[in-house]
Amino acid sequence: MSTIAHTQKRGFAGTVWEYLTTVDHKKIAILYLLAGGFFFIVGGIEAMMIRIQLAVPNNDFVSAGLFNEIITMHGTTMIFLAAMPLLFAFMNAVMPLQIGARDVAFPFINALGFWLFFFGGLFLNLSWFLGGAPDAGWTSYASLSLASEGHGIDFYALGLQISGFGTLMGGINFLVTIINMRAPGMTYMRMPLFTWTTFVASALILFAFPPLTVGLFMLIFDRMFGSGFFDVAMGGNTIIWEHFFWIFGHPEVYILVLPAFGIFSEIFPTFSRKRLFGYSSMVFATVLIGFLGFMVWAHHMFTTGLGPIANAIFAVATMAIAVPTGIKIFNWIMTIWGGSIQFTVPMLYAIAFIPSFVMGGVTGVMQAAAPADYQLHDTYFIVAHFHYVIVGGIVLGLIGGAHFYWPLMFGTMLSEKLGKITFVLFLVGFHLTFFIQHFLGLMGMPRRVWTFLPGQGLETGNLISSIGAAFMAVGIIIMLINIVITQKNNVQVGRDPWKDGRTLEWALPSPTPFYNFKQLPLVRGLDPFWIEKMEGKTEMTPAEPIGDIHMPNNSFIPFVISLGLFIAAFGAMYQMDDKAWAIPVLVIGMAVTFGAMLVRSIKDDHGFHIHKEDLLEEDGKGGTR
Amino acid sequence: MAAEQKFTQQTWPESPEQATLEGKNKFLGFWLFLGGETVLFASLFATYLALKDSVPSDSHAKATDLFELPLVFLMTMLLLTSSLTSVFAMYHMKNYNFKKMQTWLFITVALGLGFLGCEIYEFNHYYHEYKHTFTSSAFGSAFYTLVGFHGGHVVFGLSWIIALMIRNARRGLNLYNAPKFYLASLYWHFIDVVWVFIFTVVYLMGMVG
Repeated sequence: MSTIAHTQKRGFAGTVWEYLTTVDHKKIAILYLLAGGFFFIVGGIEAMMIRIQLAVPNNDFVSAGLFNEIITMHGTTMIFLAAMPLLFAFMNAVMPLQIGARDVAFPFINALGFWLFFFGGLFLNLSWFLGGAPDAGWTSYASLSLASEGHGIDFYALGLQISGFGTLMGGINFLVTIINMRAPGMTYMRMPLFTWTTFVASALILFAFPPLTVGLFMLIFDRMFGSGFFDVAMGGNTIIWEHFFWIFGHPEVYILVLPAFGIFSEIFPTFSRKRLFGYSSMVFATVLIGFLGFMVWAHHMFTTGLGPIANAIFAVATMAIAVPTGIKIFNWIMTIWGGSIQFTVPMLYAIAFIPSFVMGGVTGVMQAAAPADYQLHDTYFIVAHFHYVIVGGIVLGLIGGAHFYWPLMFGTMLSEKLGKITFVLFLVGFHLTFFIQHFLGLMGMPRRVWTFLPGQGLETGNLISSIGAAFMAVGIIIMLINIVITQKNNVQVGRDPWKDGRTLEWALPSPTPFYNFKQLPLVRGLDPFWIEKMEGKTEMTPAEPIGDIHMPNNSFIPFVISLGLFIAAFGAMYQMDDKAWAIPVLVIGMAVTFGAMLVRSIKDDHGFHIHKEDLLEEDGKGGTR
Repeated sequence: MAAEQKFTQQTWPESPEQATLEGKNKFLGFWLFLGGETVLFASLFATYLALKDSVPSDSHAKATDLFELPLVFLMTMLLLTSSLTSVFAMYHMKNYNFKKMQTWLFITVALGLGFLGCEIYEFNHYYHEYKHTFTSSAFGSAFYTLVGFHGGHVVFGLSWIIALMIRNARRGLNLYNAPKFYLASLYWHFIDVVWVFIFTVVYLMGMVG
């Protein structure tokens, strides 16, 4: 029986093996951060190529076909492989600590979710090297995607299918963790807002991903196995894909933005030294946004021709979402109001987020008016709008959150000075890039065009936009330098480095022990650590005596299950070329996956116990600070 | 409560599937998973209804030509009965009667295999008699995808129950495997509920044209 020896130093190979087999949510968080960060950079390079191509009229930096592949992969990568995993990184790193849990509900499934996402993303990006990336846009409308030559769309459908399974599992894991694993006294209405938004986003994942799964299956069947769901000649209907994509795709926006709202709702009170204004209305608004998020998908399809009644209903429902979002905006402002504000890097991102996101929201309500949308549809106005929502909301949240939670995840503090330089460059670059695109759109520049002609008044706007993108790129490079310097110096900053931490995650020693809480904490209200601090204490009041702690064993099986699907996807894809080896590869891949599942099912895995004596002994050494 | 602790009929807890934290988590997580599965099948049903009888030309068979109620009725009875027998199995599981639980699970599996046999015969029949295939029309694609996904769930459910029966044949019940048996039976019920909808939406509504 292994015990605290787990924390001993290992060699490089040992560390790699540890991460390949880990089921610890804190380590899985780091895996998500690394993989998501990598894909964020890949997507960012693709964005830069788009802006270089569009910097001047009649440019031929990339060919038209390659441009289609780049915009498709930029959107797909940023949404599925960068934003979601990065949010999952913070959910894994923070949420279990915030509710006072020793672990997530399903550590094994948690690891499986990561590896499925990772192999799906890897598969999708291998398309660059294996005959061309998908080129039908990130929405991959069936009328386009069925006609696309080569294997690009097959990489898209199979890759997203695999990574989608992983996301679904992650969502279920978070839901059960929040419902079943809260510390004594942590009632629902005492949960920190980030936990609440994780909860609602996970519920959205649970109900939004299955329609995508079905849509992707139909796309896979149509392209690779000869079915006719979207093929009008066979009696099919191409609009079905649009519906399923957006029944998934619109909640996806809220799956992404709600956790970002949650991060900001943690940052504002911390650096205003005030409790979050209107906590219960924040919870209510979160749940309401989640609910309404499912009622509005057809506003992406106003021009499809669903008719005036459908368009009117979806227009009104869309406008209704502005109400709970507005509640949140006012609550954040009221939280800052009268607080003793510290302008740390996370706080700067949070403050910049409010006006940036409001602009994205306002243009959203403009497009919700269906007749106006007929003018705006498929123009750069739409591109500007959703980048204001996604960059102004989610990416600011991710970067702000990275600075905020860095000490929790790594025990070190990113440089405030470099952080502020990144912030200025990124924020200026962001507005420079996308603000002007509203006007480019209103002037009639269509989205997804490879190039534009001179003399139509589009030159200046596009050049400004491209210059802005360069600012963002430099900002991100400085942030990477900041990360490297910080980790190289490795100055450990200890418990509660921001000094004003309010919630349970800041009450833990740093680095966080792998069992999180030696004794489960007693939660006595909202912002439990703040309550203890106000009573002059430095630690949480324990809710139980020190006792044995049950922990799960590491496992290599999640990696194998995911690898099997990765192999099978190659077989499914190449059997349409009548390659002799393809069907056997498909069968072998599925056999690996189901075989690994069977092994998991029949091999008992009881985990292990950390014994009370070892915990007490460690206490005596004073090694917990 | 150690997972491998030995029990007697007296000490066996009332809800063994939820007696440990792991069991509680699995119980809730599986219900949530079934919620997601419900959306998955709802999407498949919606697709089927949109593409029902949607064929490229009149030479293709439509729903009224294809379906025959006697066979489908037999399949429905087999599956509904198997759901009942899995309830009996869980009843004996809760009473710590491992042998009887295994017996009823065996009957469940047998009925499930009977259902699967009928389904294979049915698909084969459509293929040979009507040239109604997965690739013949959008209607065919939607039909085989909806009913086939259900069939795939039956195969998975049967493999799961059989694996559990064989794995635990010698060691009997404990708090580690009780949640596993319970979830497998929950999954089996879900498959049954989906079939009730397939029976109604695909076959009964298909008969009235």
